[in-house]
Amino acid sequence: MAHDSLYAAPPAVEAEPGAGRLATLRGLLGSWDAVIVGALVVAVLVAGLTVENFATGRNAQFLLLDLVPLALIALPMTLIVITGEIDLSVASMVGLCSTLMGQLWLSSGLSLELICVLVVLLGAVLGAVNGLFVTGFGLPSLAVTIGTLALYRGLSFVVLGDQAVADFPADWTAAVVRNIPGTSIPVVVVPLLLLALVFGVVLHATPAGRALYAMGNNDQAATFTGVSVARTKFWLFVVSGAVCGLVGIFWTLRYASARGDNATGLELTVVTAVLLGGVSIFGGRGALLGVLAGVLLLGVLRNALQLADVDANALTIVTGTLLIASVVLPNAVADIRARLHRRRQRRPVAS
Amino acid sequence: MSAYRRGLRVGATSLTLAALLLSAAACGGTTRDNSGNDAGGGTQASGGANPDAAIKEGLKIAFLPKQLNNPYFTVSDNGGKDAVTEIKGEFKEVGPSEASASSQVSYINTLSQQGMDVIVTSANDPNAICGALNQAKAAGAKIVTFDSDTKPECRQIFVNQVTAEGIAENQVKLISQQIGGEGEIAILSATANATNQNAWIALMKDELKKPEYSKIKLVTVAYGNDDDQKSFQETQGLLQSYPNLKGIISPTTVGVAAAGRYLSGSQYKGKVKLTGLGTPNQMRQYVKDGTVDAFALWSPADLGYLAAYAGAALASGQITGAEGDKFKAGKLGEFTVGKDGVVVLGPPTVFDKNNIDQFQF
Repeated sequence: MAHDSLYAAPPAVEAEPGAGRLATLRGLLGSWDAVIVGALVVAVLVAGLTVENFATGRNAQFLLLDLVPLALIALPMTLIVITGEIDLSVASMVGLCSTLMGQLWLSSGLSLELICVLVVLLGAVLGAVNGLFVTGFGLPSLAVTIGTLALYRGLSFVVLGDQAVADFPADWTAAVVRNIPGTSIPVVVVPLLLLALVFGVVLHATPAGRALYAMGNNDQAATFTGVSVARTKFWLFVVSGAVCGLVGIFWTLRYASARGDNATGLELTVVTAVLLGGVSIFGGRGALLGVLAGVLLLGVLRNALQLADVDANALTIVTGTLLIASVVLPNAVADIRARLHRRRQRRPVAS
Repeated sequence: MSAYRRGLRVGATSLTLAALLLSAAACGGTTRDNSGNDAGGGTQASGGANPDAAIKEGLKIAFLPKQLNNPYFTVSDNGGKDAVTEIKGEFKEVGPSEASASSQVSYINTLSQQGMDVIVTSANDPNAICGALNQAKAAGAKIVTFDSDTKPECRQIFVNQVTAEGIAENQVKLISQQIGGEGEIAILSATANATNQNAWIALMKDELKKPEYSKIKLVTVAYGNDDDQKSFQETQGLLQSYPNLKGIISPTTVGVAAAGRYLSGSQYKGKVKLTGLGTPNQMRQYVKDGTVDAFALWSPADLGYLAAYAGAALASGQITGAEGDKFKAGKLGEFTVGKDGVVVLGPPTVFDKNNIDQFQF
């Protein structure tokens, strides 16, 4: 049950009598992303009305700046999880890219523009290593990326030790936190939305995107339909690495500090957001809009609870509970749906 | 049909998201400039310090340590709380559960959003929290750092626990008292290239040149690498190589605890004196069993207490953080702001068997 795609509506449903009513039920229970968007709206409204200082422009800026790295990494992560794989090394790749950027700036004498390009390429190489182990040697991505999680974090401390590089030009560090003129939305949201658009179109409107769902549901079946599973997955890991390179640059400039422990622990927040957004951890199901809503929901909750002086440990508890709920609820809903479905099928026989 | 429904759903979802973003933007347009103007108000405008200004009541003072649930910071924040209670302010302690700079930034943003008058923080990174602190400053908050500083331009006051001279003076005096003013001593340090350790050792050597210490001879400096095992073995080695050794100074918490453990289980217990910089919790048993007479460390509670008073003095316009500004810090007395806005807590606190049970950290 967990494997059925939200959008790949099985033809059997349409052939059934009374498909209309069933479809309404499916619509109500089935679209997790609608649930998440609804929850987001409720969270924003409640926080805006009850939490002092929440509904201000400055807070929107703080909130969005905190969410940009999360949202960026969630894009490729969504695609990877839909194919049934996972990339847990993302935060370590961000850290390593950040220290590489610092070391290059410190000692190479290259221009910062060139360094940024190099860092994205290096990120892609780090991702390619993951991809090679997963697809080339056929190892489980969970094990591989837990390995590279430790490996890349270790390397990032090799690159800079416990030092930090902090002398980046002030106009660069100011540029990444600047708002779009006349609003309180940071400019970095624009490239984020463009990238999200690209990922969304690829995932939901191209054959390649449909192939990702097919892989997540059944690797072998996907292979038989002519999809190159290994190659696609390899490139997904490369893209994930490149995006981590981008995030590494953003992180370094935003905090004006390249250091080995940058972004530690971010991978778990990203996975939480992706699962909360309705992507099945078993693969084959999920949508990008839900994930973006999941990222925002997570951010709004954390921000509002922090403003309401809720303890840091309680925040962690909330995040954990959300993660569990996001895995359990869709499954429970699918279960209820299946029972309703069986009952409908049985009724005509009984009468 | 399903494609049609799917289109509807995607459409509806994107509309909602777009609406949310737009409303956020609209919020921003109207309230952007007036957020945070309830903080500070008049105090911001004051150009110079007014030493006679009274400490204001009801100041909102927030402590943001490197991380929560760290015993050292719990003690220092409680010291801050005592001070805030004395001046009838509102105290608050917030912080991340892990010691990272980026999560501190998010807390600083929250505090500036809440219109705090004073933010007292210990920086996980001297640069990473600067941007957020400057924004908070622009919103009217006064910034005090303690224990770990940021770049000087990001805060008004840094409350330094102790100066290198203070440590050197204190450590040499302690060992001299314990060995009766004459004999061979050794130093057990951390790593050979630890900047602060080397600065302290150099100053201790200068201190030993003073006439009152002329009968004390420093025979060697050993390095325990701030590793418990290595420090333990180095202590053992010192005692074997220098049979006439009278005392050991270990100005590092790891080293002094390891040396204490070795001495307390050896024939040298009570005969070879040990002092250094250690925490009361680590050293309590060695003080009680007679291995160690006295050791030192700054009092984290006093550190927090002083930081809170410095913040209150800033927010009340008593001081601006300029060199030479003076303010009173309750039971600790008067302090003067030094170069770069640094206020020094003072000489380290000495712990011995009479007072050690009053300290839990």
